[in-house]
Amino acid sequence: MKDTQQLNSKWQVSGRTTLVLLEVFTIFLFILFMVPFGMVVLNSAKTSKEIIYNAIALPSDWGQLGVNISLIFNNSSVDYLGAFLDSTLITLFSLIVIVIFSSMAAWVLVRNKTVWSTVMFMAFVAAMVIPFQVLMYPLVRWLRVSGSFFGIRLLGTIPGIVFAYLGFGSPLSIFIFHGFIKNIPYELEESATIDGCSRGRTFFAIIFPLLQPIIVTVLILNGIWIWNDYLLPLLLLGSNGVVQTIPIAVTAFAGAYLKQWDLILTSTLIAMLPVIVLYLFAQRYIIKGMVEGSIK
Amino acid sequence: MKQSRVINVLFLLPCVFSFVMIIIVPFFFGLYYSMTDWNGISNVVTFAGFKNFRNLFSSADFLYSFLITIAYTGINIVFVNIVSFGLSLIVTSKVKRRNFYRAGFFVPYLIGGIVLGYIWQFILNNILVSIGMNMSISFLQTSFLSLPHTVIWTMAAVNTWQYAGYIMLIYVASIQSIPSSLMEAANVDGASYSTRVFKILIPMMANAFTISLFLTLTTSFKQFDMNLTLTNGGPATRFLDMPVKASQLLAMNIFNTATANRMAEAQAKAVVLFVVLLIVSLIQVSVNKRKEVEM
Repeated sequence: MKDTQQLNSKWQVSGRTTLVLLEVFTIFLFILFMVPFGMVVLNSAKTSKEIIYNAIALPSDWGQLGVNISLIFNNSSVDYLGAFLDSTLITLFSLIVIVIFSSMAAWVLVRNKTVWSTVMFMAFVAAMVIPFQVLMYPLVRWLRVSGSFFGIRLLGTIPGIVFAYLGFGSPLSIFIFHGFIKNIPYELEESATIDGCSRGRTFFAIIFPLLQPIIVTVLILNGIWIWNDYLLPLLLLGSNGVVQTIPIAVTAFAGAYLKQWDLILTSTLIAMLPVIVLYLFAQRYIIKGMVEGSIK
Repeated sequence: MKQSRVINVLFLLPCVFSFVMIIIVPFFFGLYYSMTDWNGISNVVTFAGFKNFRNLFSSADFLYSFLITIAYTGINIVFVNIVSFGLSLIVTSKVKRRNFYRAGFFVPYLIGGIVLGYIWQFILNNILVSIGMNMSISFLQTSFLSLPHTVIWTMAAVNTWQYAGYIMLIYVASIQSIPSSLMEAANVDGASYSTRVFKILIPMMANAFTISLFLTLTTSFKQFDMNLTLTNGGPATRFLDMPVKASQLLAMNIFNTATANRMAEAQAKAVVLFVVLLIVSLIQVSVNKRKEVEM
């Protein structure tokens, strides 16, 4: 994204006083936006008693933060470390299959101008309006039935939920890839075919590397959604199954330690941290990806 | 040629197969189940016609959730778009460190609804109440989440905090694509700041408004995660002389109905959600598109 400095500045507010006022107002707004995070950090470093006594005071001993964190990781009822690992694996595998398979499908749909490819593309686009609520319960039943028919366990396993994320993620991803591939000149592929390159290799050697900028968009849109998703993992994995995700672990934790805000807040802090750290490093790509994904 | 057809099928297969298995088949099963007596326990499911749908419209609990969801969506559309449009004006102005602010306003969007629901529950029930106690501010002493008439507004405020930074990005992209010559011309003509914003900027951003309204409409209508961890439907209130949960939005109503093993009824509610959402968003997009042309 371009820096806003070089862009049209002529329409903006002018005058020194107005600008100073705007500056102060912006700082105020910014603090307002950040206060919730500050409160989480502040109270994650307190004991339950301290929070009840005074929730806005600075913690008396920051060392309590370490104590709370270790309490969470060594918890007997909720396996936080396991949930963290499973969330990472689920998000990672889902992103890999979504990017590879959606780009392959989008390429075939763009390059074959038949009635079938149009119908198929339309079906993918139309499916995006279906709310998850309509699908969720029939999906669980259907996966149980079809899984037992094929002799595969689709419920409660990582491959099962990755397969589900491929199904839910591919319509939007195909749509985004489709728009991008349309603008890649066909001549590039033609010359490769003349040189004796097979169709399959043409895609992976020539087209796929060109998709890099749009792959970032697809990764970010799907990554934020899958990492934070709650209902699908809850229904497919269960609230106390072997495989867990971070959002499920957080709710399980809050359910087990009702109103023990020291531990609940520390658990939310741990859940937020990886995303925020990633954002600090990849901020430019994430913002660009979000904008492109929503405008298309 | 034959070889390329094989490649086509192979390339399409993973997506099409998962799409059919995960979306298409459950969708048609879902439509069918909404007209049965499915309870999630018995394996025998018998057809019941439109009975479930007829019952919905005499159920106070469903009607309440339906109305409150519409109200919540309406409040959100106004809140989120006004705040995010304001933010987009700020981060495209001459304010120092504007790129830093832009990045900061977006952070809440990264945190999932589950996690931020707990955070705000703590802030509203503990922090604000304790401020109210310490400073003897009476209206802060009862949590906004415990009163039936404030809870929806509070949820909309939390939702605005989460989504404003994201919608802001869409407006910023739109502002940046407006040719600067246009604004310069207005400036030379001596148009005031508000005239420039309302007569030039907003009409030029019509497309961004269509997208943003659509996004806020659909996400508010389907709101679940934050609803679950912030209020879990509470507090209790009355509607049509029946006890109902004051902040139980449609998606949560569906979830709770299914948890009570009334699967077919939950499915019928979900189908109503789908149809209403489809109709409302089609109307919104077509109205906005017509406006875009006029502008």
